[in-house]
Amino acid sequence: MPNDNEIIDNIANKEYEFGFVTDIEMDILPAGLNESTIRYISEKKKEPEWLLNWRLKGYQSFQKQKLPEWQNFELPAIDFQKISYYAAPRNKKKYNSLDEVDPELLATFAKLGIPLSEQKALTGVAVDAVFDSISIATTYKDKLKELGIIFCSFGEAVQEHPELVQKYVGSVVPHSDNIFAALNSAVFSDGSFVYIPKGVRCPMELSTYFRINTENTGQFERTLIIADEGSYVSYLEGCTAPMRDENQLHAAVVELIALENAEIKYSTVQNWYPGDKDGKGGIYNFVTKRGICKGANAKISWTQVETGSAITWKYPSVILQGDNSTGEFYSVAVTRNRQIADTGTKMHHIGRNTRSRIISKGISAGEGNNSYRGLVQIGPKADLARNFTQCDSLLIGDRCGAHTFPYIESKNNTATVEHEATTSKIGEDQIFYLNQRGIDSEKAVALIINGYAKEVLNQLPMEFAVEAQKLLSITLEGSVG
Amino acid sequence: MLTIKNLHAEVEEKQILKGINLTVNAGEVHAIMGPNGSGKSSLASVLAGRENYRVTQGEVIFKGENLLDMSPEVRAREGVFLAFQYPIEIPGVSNINFLKTALSEIRAHKNLPPLDAKEFLRMSREKQKLVEFDAQLVNRSLNEGFSGGEKKRNEIFQLAMLEPALSILDETDSGLDIDALRIVSKGVNKLRSENNAFIIITHYQRLLEYIVPDFVHVLYDGRIVKSGTKELALELEEKGYDWLKEESREKATTI
Ligand SMILES: Nc1ncnc2c1ncn2[C@@H]1O[C@H](COP(=O)(O)OP(=O)(O)O)[C@@H](O)[C@H]1O
Ligand SMILES: [Mg+2]
Repeated sequence: MPNDNEIIDNIANKEYEFGFVTDIEMDILPAGLNESTIRYISEKKKEPEWLLNWRLKGYQSFQKQKLPEWQNFELPAIDFQKISYYAAPRNKKKYNSLDEVDPELLATFAKLGIPLSEQKALTGVAVDAVFDSISIATTYKDKLKELGIIFCSFGEAVQEHPELVQKYVGSVVPHSDNIFAALNSAVFSDGSFVYIPKGVRCPMELSTYFRINTENTGQFERTLIIADEGSYVSYLEGCTAPMRDENQLHAAVVELIALENAEIKYSTVQNWYPGDKDGKGGIYNFVTKRGICKGANAKISWTQVETGSAITWKYPSVILQGDNSTGEFYSVAVTRNRQIADTGTKMHHIGRNTRSRIISKGISAGEGNNSYRGLVQIGPKADLARNFTQCDSLLIGDRCGAHTFPYIESKNNTATVEHEATTSKIGEDQIFYLNQRGIDSEKAVALIINGYAKEVLNQLPMEFAVEAQKLLSITLEGSVG
Repeated sequence: MLTIKNLHAEVEEKQILKGINLTVNAGEVHAIMGPNGSGKSSLASVLAGRENYRVTQGEVIFKGENLLDMSPEVRAREGVFLAFQYPIEIPGVSNINFLKTALSEIRAHKNLPPLDAKEFLRMSREKQKLVEFDAQLVNRSLNEGFSGGEKKRNEIFQLAMLEPALSILDETDSGLDIDALRIVSKGVNKLRSENNAFIIITHYQRLLEYIVPDFVHVLYDGRIVKSGTKELALELEEKGYDWLKEESREKATTI
């Protein structure tokens, strides 16, 4: 009979499932970062002058900035010159239909459970797949077009809707925001672009799938979502990477803009390679995600299930500018082995009667370390603003850690800010209780975890909630029994 | 069904069970009484396979097999059910989903496919009625925020759903008011059959007025010091345990 510690060790050492490499011919830019790297990328993508200039400004900001020092973990040295900033599958012309896409690539996404052919695609989900630097396929494009919805790769949007891109890119996350955002602005390769016209409710989930394949590359995608007045969209992002001994950098930027009465729901299931059990390899996931509720009654909701990456460092945030606007953040972050997650959110209340809700569920196993870091900021004009924060930590075993850093800055005394925090352990008693009903320890842990994370999982679109539940189970399951 | 022979067990190096002998046949109800700390819950824990108890001597045969060799979940699947003295809360896990998982595991063990959703719901409704369990509690998180009495009644509802061969009820009556006690007893009586057996651990004779046992045993200091029929329970109610304590002390010194 396995004892608790064995169960926990098994859980902590479970292997990464998506660690395979796709053998495909790639155009890879040699490692290194300077102005000509940026010009090369911009030229490859046939970008207009203004965008090149914007990139170059981003590069200047990057050069001026230092790596942050306030974090609660040791940031490994990152040699930005050792990274290749562009990798794209060879045989590159623009794909007009999926038939032209390399079958090997399609097979890769199929293996990841992301069928790209429209017939096979999850019903009601339009998918954009990004392989290393390049967007491979966007499904259901025509159907969306009828409604005036634009869902395409960032590169395509630059070509076909330059006025929208120019108006909004960098408007929420300026290129000078932080060192990784600056780097992204300089070298971003692709990503997704969404525009929902006035009054349109997007009838299906929009989804992007990111895959890092090539060695020593970074992935720097940029996502821009604009929901015009009175519109609604739900967007989901998923990601995996092969197992490699070296660390790989992922520094994405996501900008959301919700105009008056618009709503954006953005969900992430992040399962980048976390490194092996001794902490070798894995993705550094340093991402800047921010949305703005620009108009009155707008709503932005972030939901994230973070199970992967060696280091996750991200704070999806909402600027609540419009009166009566709402920001939400729902998060489950799992760390095991030597994984580190420092994640949370910032809610900037600017408009009157703005509301925010933060539900954060950290799960630590093995020697994993999980930090919640949140900022609730109430501006002088944010009369009657309200925030509720609940921040729970669950520990599995006694070598892991959980930390919370909630910051509150209020400049308006009509505001209400509530904060609740709990820390609990999966108890032997809970496992035994389930054992006594015929459920083995592995399933018991999965049940307990999913129960604990339920409030967050419930926020995900149906199809993905099931996936995420399974992902949590496999992530934490040992081979007990 | 169950034969316990000379069972010795310790927890944290402390000897708790000091030679238990007990035989339970199908169709029987055995009551185990005894003062606080005498080892009643420990006996239940050892039978259910709680990890921190170490069996140092003796054996337990359940349906012809060595129970002590089985993991806790296999014991459960084989038909050992423990209604806990202190049922555990598991936040976010719905009572009904938990039961569906449990039932499927038990059925899989018997090479039966899981019940389909409709069939399962039908069964759940039937059992809710049988043990008069509140339908609202069925969909709530497992024991989360349940009152003490609701937790105990949930144990009996689970018992009804999982249909075990051997049910051990550890002080299910404590914390129940008289109405709840009557309902729980009624439920247990309906679940009694020729094919199953019950071990009912209790402090009070009161419960045994409703669930009439075939045998009553008194556990004291890790041993069964006296066995009898239901009249023994009455006698204990009247005289307390002190006379037995003396009797057992005399016994212990003569050995
Ligand atoms: N985990 C434990 N560690 C140490 N002693 C224990 C533990 N569990 C029970 N005991 C001891 O075992 C004895 C029997 O307890 P228990 O079986 O709960 O008695 P009862 O159910 O008859 O009241 C008591 O002395 C109790 O303190
Ligand atoms: Mg007890």
